[in-house]
Amino acid sequence: MEKILEVEDLQVSFSTHGGTVQAVRGVSFQLNKGETLAIVGESGCGKSVTSQSIMQLLPASNVKRLSGSVRFKGTDILKYSEKQMRKIRGSEISMISQDPMTGLNPTLTIGNQLLEVVKEHQKLFHEEAVQMVVDILHTVGIPSPHERMKQYPHQFSGGMRQRIMIAMALICNPEIIIADEPTTALDVTIQAQIFELFKKIQRETGVSIILITHDLGVVAQVADRIAVMYAGKIVETGTREEIFYNAEHPYTRGLLNSVPRLDMEEGELIPIPGTPPDLFAPPPGCPFTARCPMAMEVCSRVEPFHSKKSASHSVYCWLQDERAKYAFLTMGGRL
Amino acid sequence: MQAANQEKIRTASEIPDEWFVPKKKDGHMQEAVVRPSISYWRDVWYRLSKNKLAMLGLAVLIFLIIMAIFGPMIAPQSVTKLSLTNQNLPPSKEHWFGTDQLGRDMFSRTWYGARISLFVGFMAAIIEFFIGIIYGGIAGYKGGRTDQIMMRIIEVLYGLPYLLVVILLMVVMGPGLGTIIVALTVTGWVGMARIVRGQVLQIKNYEFVMASRTFGTKTPRIIRKHLLPNTMGPIIVQMTLTVPSAIFSEAFLSFLGLGVQAPHASWGVMADDGLSAILTGQWWRLFFPAFFISLTMFAFNVLGDGLQDALDPKLRR
Amino acid sequence: MARYILKRLAAMVVTLWVITTLTFILMHAIPGSPFNQERNTSEAVQQNLKAQYHLDKPMYVQYLYYLKSIVLFDFGPSIKQPSQTVNDMLGRGFPVSLELGMTALIVAIFSGILLGVFAALKHNGVIDYLAMTFAVLGISIPNFILATLLIQEFAVNLKILPAATWTSPSHMILPTAALAVSPMAIIARLTRSSMLEVLTQDYMKTARAKGLSPVKIVIKHALRNALMPVVTILGTLAASILTGSFVIEKIFAIPGMGKYFVESINNRDYPVIMGTTVFYSIFLIIMLFLVDIAYGILDPRIKLHKKEQ
Repeated sequence: MEKILEVEDLQVSFSTHGGTVQAVRGVSFQLNKGETLAIVGESGCGKSVTSQSIMQLLPASNVKRLSGSVRFKGTDILKYSEKQMRKIRGSEISMISQDPMTGLNPTLTIGNQLLEVVKEHQKLFHEEAVQMVVDILHTVGIPSPHERMKQYPHQFSGGMRQRIMIAMALICNPEIIIADEPTTALDVTIQAQIFELFKKIQRETGVSIILITHDLGVVAQVADRIAVMYAGKIVETGTREEIFYNAEHPYTRGLLNSVPRLDMEEGELIPIPGTPPDLFAPPPGCPFTARCPMAMEVCSRVEPFHSKKSASHSVYCWLQDERAKYAFLTMGGRL
Repeated sequence: MQAANQEKIRTASEIPDEWFVPKKKDGHMQEAVVRPSISYWRDVWYRLSKNKLAMLGLAVLIFLIIMAIFGPMIAPQSVTKLSLTNQNLPPSKEHWFGTDQLGRDMFSRTWYGARISLFVGFMAAIIEFFIGIIYGGIAGYKGGRTDQIMMRIIEVLYGLPYLLVVILLMVVMGPGLGTIIVALTVTGWVGMARIVRGQVLQIKNYEFVMASRTFGTKTPRIIRKHLLPNTMGPIIVQMTLTVPSAIFSEAFLSFLGLGVQAPHASWGVMADDGLSAILTGQWWRLFFPAFFISLTMFAFNVLGDGLQDALDPKLRR
Repeated sequence: MARYILKRLAAMVVTLWVITTLTFILMHAIPGSPFNQERNTSEAVQQNLKAQYHLDKPMYVQYLYYLKSIVLFDFGPSIKQPSQTVNDMLGRGFPVSLELGMTALIVAIFSGILLGVFAALKHNGVIDYLAMTFAVLGISIPNFILATLLIQEFAVNLKILPAATWTSPSHMILPTAALAVSPMAIIARLTRSSMLEVLTQDYMKTARAKGLSPVKIVIKHALRNALMPVVTILGTLAASILTGSFVIEKIFAIPGMGKYFVESINNRDYPVIMGTTVFYSIFLIIMLFLVDIAYGILDPRIKLHKKEQ
């Protein structure tokens, strides 16, 4: 499979009133062409910051540190200037943000907002651009595109607005779409429709998708591969099957156990106790140590190394080390 | 990223075997730090005090009030002493702010003027506060039809050009301290009434919501104690902004000849007098009243701004 | 949209009615007013007044004649200068006042918006700090006080600008400046805070994510939304410029409507007072109405309120 995006050791810190926040602390992953990669984690784990860093959309004044590399089709775009990034944004890498209710400018028609993307990146006559807008609206399932182009965002429902946002991301045929919690603000039924749309688009255009979410249920439907993030680091990556059936990292397992399923018996929901660590002064070692039921001494001293369980399945956990087998013998726990 | 105290370890073999044992749990690592909660007003004061400009404004105001009360007493010269020999003297050791066309000491006149201008300002704010609370309180409390009618009236009154009405009233009633205050408050209360009504409606909503839930332990009184500080905020800010507006209007009327009459002299009257003298080079007769009017308004505005920021619940940390 | 306009129109008519009636009541309430038939004016003037204002008829008839005179826009002659009608004075003075007021308003709007936008874009920078300090000073110093200080400095001390009348472009500088500073400061502050809020909105992030150029983002996306609150206060600002012009015209001896108005107040020239008050009120209320309409046009949520129902 061809790698279209390769992120290596991404690190991002912000300066805030309270001090320096280390939001992303050495994240590495890759995206293959035509696949959907889901980045999963709880609020504040750094997944949104990661996706915004890829497109260099962080609020510049607060960023204290932005290092690592983001290779898009071989070139490190993290080193790109703002001018160079502008050529990529919207045309080669697009982003769909969280809240469709506020993501569209209320004083401009949606046609206007779609046209400007096309006109910014491609040299077309007005009529050709309009035709592209009509086509893309049709693709995302907005009826009567010619008329509805002239309407304003407040005249559309939430689900429709999200489709319009998707249309804006798609219209220039990008290589990658980053969808940051695209359905969090929508009803469950609409959610399903939106993901159907994603799958259809991927089938038809072969676009690669990075899906940011905290909702494991969504991930199960849509993702090909999954990366699990915690407190600014990736703790595990793998295919959908590997993560759901063979999760190795205690955090991943904890997440799976805390998601309610229809076929569960009573009493099976097990929340993960505690709260994520303070990102102002992250403790040394593995970030999950404080809440991990299987923590060892080494976990609080040294950051876990990378271990590969298979070509696609990576874990960052000391339990993978040979010597960990003996640590819990007395507990009788399964490793 | 290397966190603090990270041991410099490159390969797995460098890690001692004995570290692969279960970690003893310290309970404190699991819970986030809970910030102690501060009382609402202390928080507001804390935030206000951080705002240097607002604090400056407050200091200036306190200074002006003190001077208004004590100024004429500490002035080396009497305010009423006319002197035909000392007319129009520039500032000097005997007359710190100079003298006016009747030989009166400008320094003490300035502080008498302060009394009048500040008096007008505060009285207007207080009266408007009471009228506003009564009107707005009734409208908000009663709701329904009564509210609708009362708000219609306010809408019409709001549309009237305020200063025009004030001028007309002054022409009708004749200039003077009392009539000025009446004229200012007759349509000025509208702003306060609107705010009070809005706040009353808010409080009503809370009580209603709370009552419809079943909180056995929480009584409405406690809720009011918690919510009332929130609702007083805009009212206080409005008052801080009414005072400079009244002082402005009074000075404005003075320039039109509709201000307080002799022998009383507000800053506005003094400035109007001083204006006619600038061509003769007697700058002090205009400068001091003009400066103090501006300074007062500046102080109130800055304090009002600061209060508004300090009371904004969205900024509460 | 049509409903919106009609509602505003109705409100306008009501307010107009209230103020003209108020003026009528007040004029007749003044002790010593010629309308009260006291003997402080000459016989000839009394006769004129009687004829003009139908003073021998009952109050409500006088009121109706009054309303008629408003609709027809005929307020009769001035008491102090019987050779001139109020309409004469309006005709001479109003264009001057309009020129002064409009210039001040336009200057205030442009510079205020520019200042506010730059302050917001360079938030917490030097420009922001300076602009906002200037703005606070601007709203604190009353325009007539500023006028006196400007005259003191520029006309008396430095002798570079004229202090009075309205005869050449250089005569316009000081009065316009005095009138424009306060509204400019208000607009700057409002634009800045509105801009700051808009800049944090999600649709701004979307615009950046689309790869649009920063200039385009600011002008097309940010400014449109940020300027809406500014439009709503334009009416009140026009009102304050108008009332401010009374004193400014007096101070600078500018032969505008305000100067006649102020003189008439001092002279108790009631027809002129009445006529100018009514005229001013009508003008203001129409301005407010226009601003409301403009806002309705600009905000698509109001424009299309009924359309898609």
